[in-house]
Amino acid sequence: MLDTVIDIVAGTFMIVGCLMSLAAGIGMLRFPDLLSRLHAATKPQVLGLFLLLAALGLELRSWVVLPVLALAWLLQLLTAPVSAHMVGRAGYRTRHLKRETLIADELAAVVEAAEQREEAEHGQNGNRDRADFID
Amino acid sequence: MNIVLWICGITLSIAGALAMVRLAKGPSILERVIATDVLLLIVSAALCVDMTINKHTDNLVFVLLACLVGFVGSVTVSRFVTDRRNA
Repeated sequence: MLDTVIDIVAGTFMIVGCLMSLAAGIGMLRFPDLLSRLHAATKPQVLGLFLLLAALGLELRSWVVLPVLALAWLLQLLTAPVSAHMVGRAGYRTRHLKRETLIADELAAVVEAAEQREEAEHGQNGNRDRADFID
Repeated sequence: MNIVLWICGITLSIAGALAMVRLAKGPSILERVIATDVLLLIVSAALCVDMTINKHTDNLVFVLLACLVGFVGSVTVSRFVTDRRNA
């Protein structure tokens, strides 16, 4: 009885975890620019992997593998935001974004202030002709 | 469990195909980096499903390593993306 219940829970976890991967795949194609695709891509990394590892732990039914599973998920939980932040930062700096899809660009004021401060310190440098480009 | 295996296999196959389309199309290298990351996650998800269905832990090391490899890869590439067109 208990075995069947655990099997059903594990099966549900696996299907939902795989659907997270599918959501990421659909998001990669459907979303318009880099930053929104980044949002879709981090979905399976955290919740999907957690569900799959939980299903694995439920099916194996041993306490020995639990620390390894927890370590795998914790590593993913720590590294996913950092790598997404790095990619998003590189995308912003190389202007791989669609400004018209942004509701608020909170970084623009900071960048503007930094450029003005730089101009006040070093004078007019001249390389201010960088325009946004959208692929 | 057989039905679950089929559903997961079909879902992950579609997801992998979509990620590969983005990997081929992706206008800039950053899009390709995210697509590669998603593809790596799909592979490790497939390994997790395999381990769950067949009740073994042989591929757990790869799932652990995939997290680190994906992290190092995307951080390295985005570190060296410069302000050049299609760089």
